[in-house]
Amino acid sequence: MAVVAPPDVSSGVAAAGASRPAAVVRLFATMAGESLAAKILWTCLSVGLFAGLWELCWFFGWADPKLLPPPHIFLGSIVDQGKFFNTATRWQVGKSMTDGPSAFESVMVTIGATTMRVFSGLAIASVLGVGVGVLIRYNALFDKLVLPTITLLSPVSPIAWLPVAIFIFGIGNGPAIFMVVVALFFHMVLATVTQIDGVAPNLINVARTMGASKRQIYGRVIVPAILPGMLAVLRMNLFGAWMVVLIAESTGVGYGMGQVIMLARNTFNPSLVFFTIAVIGVLGFSFDWLLRQAQRRILYWLPDTKEKLRGL
Amino acid sequence: MAFDAPTFSSKDAVVCRGVGKTWAAGTRRAHEALREIDLDVAPGEFVVFLGPSGCGKSTLLYLIAGLEDATDGTVWSFSDKVEAPSPERSLIFQETSLFPWLTVWENVSFGLSIRGASKAERRLVAEEALHRVGLKAAMEKRPDELSGGMRQRVAVARALAMRPKVLLMDEPFAALDVQTRARMQDFLLDVWRQSGASVLFVTHHIDEAVALADRVVVFTSRPGRIKTIVPIDLPRPRNLFSREAEALRIQLTDLLRDEVDRAFAEQEALSATA
Repeated sequence: MAVVAPPDVSSGVAAAGASRPAAVVRLFATMAGESLAAKILWTCLSVGLFAGLWELCWFFGWADPKLLPPPHIFLGSIVDQGKFFNTATRWQVGKSMTDGPSAFESVMVTIGATTMRVFSGLAIASVLGVGVGVLIRYNALFDKLVLPTITLLSPVSPIAWLPVAIFIFGIGNGPAIFMVVVALFFHMVLATVTQIDGVAPNLINVARTMGASKRQIYGRVIVPAILPGMLAVLRMNLFGAWMVVLIAESTGVGYGMGQVIMLARNTFNPSLVFFTIAVIGVLGFSFDWLLRQAQRRILYWLPDTKEKLRGL
Repeated sequence: MAFDAPTFSSKDAVVCRGVGKTWAAGTRRAHEALREIDLDVAPGEFVVFLGPSGCGKSTLLYLIAGLEDATDGTVWSFSDKVEAPSPERSLIFQETSLFPWLTVWENVSFGLSIRGASKAERRLVAEEALHRVGLKAAMEKRPDELSGGMRQRVAVARALAMRPKVLLMDEPFAALDVQTRARMQDFLLDVWRQSGASVLFVTHHIDEAVALADRVVVFTSRPGRIKTIVPIDLPRPRNLFSREAEALRIQLTDLLRDEVDRAFAEQEALSATA
């Protein structure tokens, strides 16, 4: 197949250097496509629009920079704000404020600690939740004994579990991870049960007529059939985990993003609040993107329906 | 009615005696789908179930497959009482029932993998079954890459790979366009001839019944009973434009019209009281 290059590309460096409009045209051409570059450009534009409106409010004096500092202020003071991160190792008895890791290292340590709690909690909740959910449908006695209690406990707010977490696990990683698990577990059980009930009966009937045992039906039909739905549930729960972990950390844990937010609240430091929010946003966005990539790999058989919706 | 001992030739592929099915029996929502079905199907026979929608003909197919339990009566297959599904009786559904996460050949050999057959053996059987339905080239494809007609051919191949003695088909071509359906009917007749299996085929298309059946079992509307059994004595391959075929179509249309009229009258009476 012969490839006919568009004129603005074939002229290469000369065109790019010579005419500004050509570069702009190329930019628009990229953004009209579905490439990774287009997605990144649109993401930047979306965030930039939001930040721009905020900056505009500051510029016209509608947003008080002491209460709602715009991005250029709270991001401009990263080095100052960094010292509030990783307070556990920084503010120890007999150490001065200037000791300990640099601002960047502190931020990284804090991010790492919170991320670890999110993923530990998510992993434990997923394994337990899906396991119990499958078991509920697999065994009728287990269903009758367990499902009512799970349904009863699932509307309880994670806040209510906070004292329990501290009673049982004291302070440290234990209660934070417990909080994430307890906030996600019940919903994951119910989601799993709902997903199993939604499996096309014909798929199960086909396996039955071929002589599949109950275990084979669960392993080879039901589990792959609910996988797409379960991964969607997992994505929603990733955001849920990020929300809960801050509550858990704001109480007794030595360091973490929640601790930083509480510190910012107690010391009236809006810049620190918004900086932490920005960090959490970027982290959540990145992990969601990674999960979506994993989802695409795992669910190779699903067609992409986004294209169809775009045509509406 | 009770039958203590089978009163039929034990060689028959399917025998139903006094079979009835009531859904949600014993509750307020109970409704009787089938009543007192007596039916014998010979090995290698092609029997079509014809009836208005909701007359219980699909229910009978599920009972014969062993996927549902009869409320009354008994089903036998080759002198074995039907109590559970068996690979000897393969069921093909109206909607696509292929596993979307498996390739075509993995779908076809699914039953063998349940039995723990080796990959080499599974591939060999899948290749042969797909060859018989003319889809050997599509072995490595996924179901969503195939057209509706191709998917149903894969479903037929999957059923054939189990070497069933009875092939149960629940309106398998209903979702296909008219041209594809005619081709699929020819294809099914080829497969049937080669396999020697009995076929029980549910449809509400009179043309389809005349094109395929050795005998057409006409059902009454709810509860489904056997109204009459019409033998189709046309020589194969059939000329569907012959005078005899036309006469049979008219006969079946008349038989069905009464039932459809009755079903409509019932529905109107129901909505009047509601």
